[in-house]
Amino acid sequence: MAITGASSSGGAKDGTSDSSSVARRNSKKPKYSRFTQQELPACKPILTPGWVITTFISIGVIFIPIGLASLFASERVVEIIDRYDEDCVPLNYTYNKLAYIQSSETNKTCTKRLIVSKQMKSPVYIYYQLDNFYQNHRRYVKSRSDKQLRSKASEDDTSTCKPEAVTENNSPIVPCGLIAWSLFNDTYGFSVKNKVLEVSKKNIAWKSDQDNKFGSDVYPKNFQSGGLIGGAKLNASIPLSEQEDLIVWMRTAALPTFRKLYGKIETDLEANDEITVVIQNNYNTYSFGGKKRLVLSTTSWIGGKNDFLGVAYLTVGGLCLFLAISFILLYVIKPRPLGDPSYLSWNRGHTS
Amino acid sequence: MRGGKRRKLNFSKLYSFRCGKASMKDDDHSQIGGPGFSRVVYCNEPDRFEAGIRKYVGNYVRTTKYTVATFLPKSLFEQFRRVANFYFLVTGILAFTPLAPYTAVSAILPLIVVIGATMVKEGIEDWRRKKQDIEVNNRKVKLYQRDGVFDYTEWKNLRVGDIVKVEKDEFFPADLILLSSSYDDAICYVETMNLDGETNLKLKQALEVTSFLHEDSNFFDFKALVKCEDPNANLYSFIGSMEFEEQQYPLSPQQLLLRDSKLRNTDYIYGAVVFTGYDTKVIQNSTDPPSKRSKIEKKMDRIIYFLFCVLFLMAFVGSILFGIATEDDLENGRSKRWYLRPDDSTVFFDPKQAPLAAFFHFLTALMLYGYFIPISLYVSIEIVKVLQTIFINQDIHMYYEEADKPAHARTSNLNEELGQVDTILSDKTGTLTCNSMEFIKCSVAGTAYGRGVTEVERAMDGRDGSPLVNEKANEHIKDSTDSKSPVKGFNFKDERIMNGNWVNEPHAEVIQKFFRLLAICHTAIPEVDEETGKVSYEAESPDEAAFVIAARELGFEFYKRTQTSISLHELDPGSGNRVERSYKLLNVLEFNSSRKRMSVIIRDKEGKILILCKGADSVMFGRLAKNGREFEEETREHVNEYADAGLRTLLLAYREVGEEEYKEFNEKFTEAKNSVSADQETLIDEVAENIERDLTLLGATAVEDKLQNGVPNCIDKLAQAGIKIWVLTGDKMETAINIGFACSLLRQGMKQIIINLESPQIQALEKAGDKAAISKASKESVRSQITEGKAQLTSSSGGSNAFALIIDGKSLAYALEDNMNKMFLDLAIRCASVICCRSSPKQKALVTRLVKSGTGRTTLAIGDGANDVGMLQEADIGVGISGVEGMQAVMSSDVAIAQFRYLERLLLVHGHWCYRRISSMICYFFYKNVTFGFTLFLYEAYASFSGQPAYNDWFLSLYNVFFSSIPVVAMGIFDQDVSSRYCLKFPLLYQEGVQNVLFSWRRILGWMLNGFCSALIIFFFCTKALELQAFNNDGQTAGRDILGGTMYTCIVWVVNLQIALAISYFTLVQHVVIWGSVAIWYLFLLAYGAMSPTTSTTAYKLLIEDLAPAASFWFVTLVVVISTLIPYFSYSAIQMHFFPMYHEMIQWIRQNGQSNDPEFCDLMRQNSLRPTTVGFTARIAARTK
Repeated sequence: MAITGASSSGGAKDGTSDSSSVARRNSKKPKYSRFTQQELPACKPILTPGWVITTFISIGVIFIPIGLASLFASERVVEIIDRYDEDCVPLNYTYNKLAYIQSSETNKTCTKRLIVSKQMKSPVYIYYQLDNFYQNHRRYVKSRSDKQLRSKASEDDTSTCKPEAVTENNSPIVPCGLIAWSLFNDTYGFSVKNKVLEVSKKNIAWKSDQDNKFGSDVYPKNFQSGGLIGGAKLNASIPLSEQEDLIVWMRTAALPTFRKLYGKIETDLEANDEITVVIQNNYNTYSFGGKKRLVLSTTSWIGGKNDFLGVAYLTVGGLCLFLAISFILLYVIKPRPLGDPSYLSWNRGHTS
Repeated sequence: MRGGKRRKLNFSKLYSFRCGKASMKDDDHSQIGGPGFSRVVYCNEPDRFEAGIRKYVGNYVRTTKYTVATFLPKSLFEQFRRVANFYFLVTGILAFTPLAPYTAVSAILPLIVVIGATMVKEGIEDWRRKKQDIEVNNRKVKLYQRDGVFDYTEWKNLRVGDIVKVEKDEFFPADLILLSSSYDDAICYVETMNLDGETNLKLKQALEVTSFLHEDSNFFDFKALVKCEDPNANLYSFIGSMEFEEQQYPLSPQQLLLRDSKLRNTDYIYGAVVFTGYDTKVIQNSTDPPSKRSKIEKKMDRIIYFLFCVLFLMAFVGSILFGIATEDDLENGRSKRWYLRPDDSTVFFDPKQAPLAAFFHFLTALMLYGYFIPISLYVSIEIVKVLQTIFINQDIHMYYEEADKPAHARTSNLNEELGQVDTILSDKTGTLTCNSMEFIKCSVAGTAYGRGVTEVERAMDGRDGSPLVNEKANEHIKDSTDSKSPVKGFNFKDERIMNGNWVNEPHAEVIQKFFRLLAICHTAIPEVDEETGKVSYEAESPDEAAFVIAARELGFEFYKRTQTSISLHELDPGSGNRVERSYKLLNVLEFNSSRKRMSVIIRDKEGKILILCKGADSVMFGRLAKNGREFEEETREHVNEYADAGLRTLLLAYREVGEEEYKEFNEKFTEAKNSVSADQETLIDEVAENIERDLTLLGATAVEDKLQNGVPNCIDKLAQAGIKIWVLTGDKMETAINIGFACSLLRQGMKQIIINLESPQIQALEKAGDKAAISKASKESVRSQITEGKAQLTSSSGGSNAFALIIDGKSLAYALEDNMNKMFLDLAIRCASVICCRSSPKQKALVTRLVKSGTGRTTLAIGDGANDVGMLQEADIGVGISGVEGMQAVMSSDVAIAQFRYLERLLLVHGHWCYRRISSMICYFFYKNVTFGFTLFLYEAYASFSGQPAYNDWFLSLYNVFFSSIPVVAMGIFDQDVSSRYCLKFPLLYQEGVQNVLFSWRRILGWMLNGFCSALIIFFFCTKALELQAFNNDGQTAGRDILGGTMYTCIVWVVNLQIALAISYFTLVQHVVIWGSVAIWYLFLLAYGAMSPTTSTTAYKLLIEDLAPAASFWFVTLVVVISTLIPYFSYSAIQMHFFPMYHEMIQWIRQNGQSNDPEFCDLMRQNSLRPTTVGFTARIAARTK
């Protein structure tokens, strides 16, 4: 196909090389190259039935095992979810949860019991899950100062933190901004059979955040000292790089429903164990109708429990096999001479 | 002695070189001095005070778009006139306010890059024009200085009133009044190639009073005052008067020498400058080069408007929802979403001023969703087009070896328009033809002589064998260049009569008479080279030159003309010697278009009076004597044959006239000639009519108006591609029709609808001179002729008859009037070919405009002369032939090619490719931006429409620059659906462009829908897969950064794989750019993540710490990418197999190796071959019926 074209141009090229070199230098004749003549060797794939069917089958063949594997992995993960925002409000406050949560007088302690359905191998991860909480709101996301978090020298760099930038007497708040100010402050205590379960808060944040985004010389200052208290207070004697709760909180969630890592339990939990959780229900999600959940979960190579990935693989794989079969049938049942010109759109118009 | 022998001959008195009639109507001249006729020129006194106050413009002519001072503002203005660029400018400025969802730098940088690149390109293009200007303005001309000396000066320094001396073969630097020349009678020859494309020389003559100025020194005290009309664009009129030595003399166009025409055959002339620079007629005639934009680009603008609407809608919906959410934050003074501190908010989020906040949010959203509009689209297209242009320029198949000229695309704006041409409007002279006539065949005494092969016959030959003859045709072209005859205008080969062999032929005496007639019956002037003794001829028309040359080559050498005699060298059949013979020239009966013949009456040595007559067959056969029809039948047959081969034929005949008869005739003729009445011409015609009868037929000549190589072949291919071809020519109707036959636009059996104003009724009115009546009658006549033509068309509709419309300039003027042009167009587009003859440059432009605006289709004009400039500029695409002479057409064209035949490759190959490339490219651009932009919008729905982008700022701004634009640029440059060979083999493929199937709204919206689906799949799959649960083995969950990173990775993969699916031509380049883009994304993420966290913010160590170690990242990417591509893949698989488009069928053919199966190819091409179209395939189709 391309051979004739190439050879004829090749002939032209030979023709010029015969002529004297002087003439050639002054000639405006374009130099022959496969590039300029747009004759580069190329692969010209077209979607033949063979190709289409092969592609579909191979996708199906690859995807279904992956789907099964990830579904299996997801199934192996043990997850306990407990919603406590309703249960932890005393009955007399049922219709006025906001007053309950905002009052400093009320008792916020609340005890819940969870049954372990299957054995949970350590580490068991503890999450809190918030609902309808827009950590991805623009005002919220922007309200932080990376420079301030990073080094003591930029302590005054709070211009982006409004309205939680400075105290009334203009000294900077560290860490400033709405994110830090609204730090989650419910706490959980766990015990099994009256034995307290140790909750490790080490290594729950991303390491790079701890090492490079939060300074080891930056200490909380003027934090939650204003008129309006947002969330948790911070121990002013611990540098920010060690405040892993804060670090986790400050990596904002993508969607309004999110989980954040609270800590880890480093011991295995046996099936049918009853876990007693003592919750300090401090955090106000009642004003915006958010739910709070406590989640205990193990992980697998695929992460936590979510069947979606496995199902997606299986569905796509299955769909591809189905399409492959349909195409085979179509090609068998309705073969037609390839490239029959009567099918051309513009022919339908003026013939007949 | 200057001029030598020629000087003695007063050409102006020679009958046939018609000088413009000096009889100017007095009413015109009385207007001088009045409004519109106010120009006063003080010849030879440019410094005079009165001349100074008139402030006539200088002779500097600028064609550039910008000057140094205006470049920046003007080009910026041009840039921001594009609505998309303006939008990005506004968002760029807004990005500096707190409204911006991203940082200002990341918004403004891409804009600067994009605008900068375009401006640099503009600057370079204008610089080239500037260089051209400098060259023209600095040409030298001899200017009269003080003290009787002429010295060189630059053109730009000329002023009105200057006296200049222009020498042989120089261009006139401004519009001049001819004062005198090297000839005694102050005539000069002018070539107006640059003005009207005609190569024959025009004669100009100065006023007698100034013709004495032969020496430089004569100008020492020369003074004259010229009063004339104001600058105007009319090339053929000039009204003025000259006051010289206190006498008034009228000036006419006969004295006006126009800028850019050339002095020929005259040693020098003196002239006074009357119009300079922009006032000159040629520049007044040139309209500003319109900046042309292709249809695709115009449509692209509409798509961008559409996207803007979508964008505004999205922003609007978003802001309303945002407003509602914001207002809801504060309820009776209590904060709901307290973590946002709605009680202490800025105006942008203030619940108390929710409507205002919503408005500001609207602006923010406009910026954020701006990713819907592909910012890099314009600049990418421009880059692609420049590179496409280089490919066009570099195409070795469009390089013309003989003139050393490659194709040259002068603007890159219109590449894809080349793939959508519906109608070609072609000039004739120099475009279809080489503008040289060749004597190629003759039929003498019923015997056909001449073995030359015409271009048409060559093309027809090629068709007879297999339907695919590219290779064969090429061979033919080679043949023809090899066998090119050494004598210009003579391509006759036949040993039977050459070299004096005619003596032995059966009808030797007829042959002798035949060639003698050719040597005598003409108005040419011989020029004898004194050294070599060779004779060359100066003739009024090229075919006349061809006759005398033929006669010379066959042994009847015409070498001397006086007022009363013609002398030949001829072969004496008796002795075989060359003898000198002189014939007394008694009368010349001139050619005109109604007579269609010319005759001379001579007296030969024996004293016999002969009338020698040559003319068109339509008038000649009727004038033959009963006993002069001996060879009529054979000759008629031959003439038809010749006509079908595209040759111009003339019949030659003669008669002996008796002394008495002649005397009577001569009296009447002299009387008629001397009559001063208006119907002098009619009188002469009547007298001539009487003597030109009872002739004896000698034979017929066939002259080829030499077509350029490969023209019929090219026209055939173009016709097969469904392109309509109109010829607009300044030629006479007969010539135009002949050429129509020659280049297979017309054929025997085609019904010709001829519209002209030669009816006796109108001619009578013309004589009466009542202008109003003439125009009224003409209008009526044209209208009725058009109606009649339409009726003919309608009555034969459905039949296989092809129609041709031929219209002349006068009728065209009426047909183009507002109330008739619709009718005319209606008729014209239903005819297979249209020929407009005798059309002026302006009419050519008007016709072009009519076709362009009337049909709404793309028009291409092709021409080589300055008379085509208007047409070239008016058409959607102007193609200039960079022929032998004249750069004017090339300068105002969009693409210049060296030969008409390259049009085939330019359109069918490059045009098709460029169209395809640009349209797929734009579709894809919209696809990728819809995909990207829509994920942003979806994310907003989950962020309470607060305007928070899902991705990092730099991900956003680099999307269009790095990760998705290079493969699409590569597609725009390299992609080809089928190779050039197949493009030429299946010309019908071109219809994809004409019908715009690749850039229809359906297709565009289809791509957008695809983008929309991709965005949905990507967003929902990613969010569902990374929703709540731990993202990795270590229990950490996915935050904004991880979700953003994963989604972005999926998008980069999807858009790049999508293009891999869309491309049908994978070279190494494609592999590098596609896989490279994906790789660059990962590399960028790595590099960007390694920067300090204050720079990289959410992307800090994103890949190495968060994404890469997590298995779910890779598995999510895989499933999302594959499932996003499945819909498109299935769609194209189905389409390819069950509803293939034409190019896909050709791909099938290539794939299955059916391209060598002639039967199958014929089947594929059957639609190209319609008997109702033109081209020689149609001719064959008509014949085999």
